Amino acid sequence: MNLNATLFAQLVVFFILAWFTMKFVWPPIMKALDERAKKIADGLSAADKAKADLALAEKKVVEELKKARESATELRAGAEKQGAQLIEEARQESARIITQARQAAEAEAGVAAQRAKEALREQVAVLAVAGAERILRKEINAQVHADLLANLKQELK
Amino acid sequence: MATEHATTASDYIIHHLTFLTSKKQESLVDWSVLHLDTLFYSIALGLLAVFVLARLASRATSGVPGRFQAAVEIVIEMVDNQTKSIVHSPESRQFVAPLALTVFIWIFLMNAMDLLPVDLIPTVGSAAGIHYMRVVPTADLNATLGMSTGVLLLCLYYSVKIKGLGHWVHELFTAPFGAHPLLWPVNFAMQLIEFVAKTVSHGMRLFGNMYAGELIFMLIALMGAAWAGTVGSGLLWIGGVFAGTIWAIFHILIITLQAFIFMMLTLVYVGQAHESH
Repeated sequence: MNLNATLFAQLVVFFILAWFTMKFVWPPIMKALDERAKKIADGLSAADKAKADLALAEKKVVEELKKARESATELRAGAEKQGAQLIEEARQESARIITQARQAAEAEAGVAAQRAKEALREQVAVLAVAGAERILRKEINAQVHADLLANLKQELK
Repeated sequence: MATEHATTASDYIIHHLTFLTSKKQESLVDWSVLHLDTLFYSIALGLLAVFVLARLASRATSGVPGRFQAAVEIVIEMVDNQTKSIVHSPESRQFVAPLALTVFIWIFLMNAMDLLPVDLIPTVGSAAGIHYMRVVPTADLNATLGMSTGVLLLCLYYSVKIKGLGHWVHELFTAPFGAHPLLWPVNFAMQLIEFVAKTVSHGMRLFGNMYAGELIFMLIALMGAAWAGTVGSGLLWIGGVFAGTIWAIFHILIITLQAFIFMMLTLVYVGQAHESH
């Protein structure tokens, strides 16, 4: 427990070691620590940003899906409506064509009947004369009975 | 375990408590004497610590650290946080924080010499012709007082630097009791006592702990050395093994704690030097 010059030697060594640490040990390790802290902070903020981006993208996806579904529904409704309209139009058209055809056929039939009637009427005189001739066994001058025959023709109308 | 130089227990203890000196010390205080063993082990351990740390620092990565780097980083962050909470001047911290780190690691290593078997290095030394050697530098009052004096010088330096010489001298005479001229001598005496008490207790605390610890290791070694083939001595030997184990395990705590306390007091004293009364 004696005091001697070792004390001063130790004092000097103490400061030399502290100086050495300050110069060569402390700064590089602190620099590494700070850099790592910065890296971690950057990484964390990047992760946060990515998370936010993902949430945003998911929201967008949902929105897009909803929009697509809506437009599909709209399209289908439009198509159905158009189809119904087309069918309706076709139905009307066909009904019209049928009516027209029926009318034409009726008209034609009427005309044909009239023509047949006319033809028959034309023949009436001849038939009547021919019949009378048979009955009378002599020729009848049609010219003589023209008025009579014309009357008959009129009656047949 | 007694060496050829120590035949009795008393001789053994005295032998182990004798320093390797540059010349024989005649009085209690003799400034012409050096403790060669203390100097050798403290400088060797100090150089080992700073060079290992410097080597690590030169290849420190900011990426994923290795285990050793991570361990050192834990210590450094601890020291850095303590320094930040005690010393509020960032400029002073540039020196004080590395100083605190040095103090902590260096003293820890010097204390850890206590965990080596008490006779191992002295026996090797004896074989090499060096008959006195103490391997725990912090169990030398010169070493611990040397460091605490260093802290005192730092305190004085920062007192003058931060407060200015005039303000500091003014404070020496007016604090803690007041500025009345009659109180000046009392204040100054109190300040002197404070500085001396701080420094002496700072060094003595570490020295006392390590000296006592070393002494107990020697006593335990004596228990082991009692082995003489009888039942009683056999029991002593077993007791020595048992006590040695317990004390060494307990000492792991003590060496770390004392290193930490020395570092913390260094920071506290330097921090106080920054504050005005």
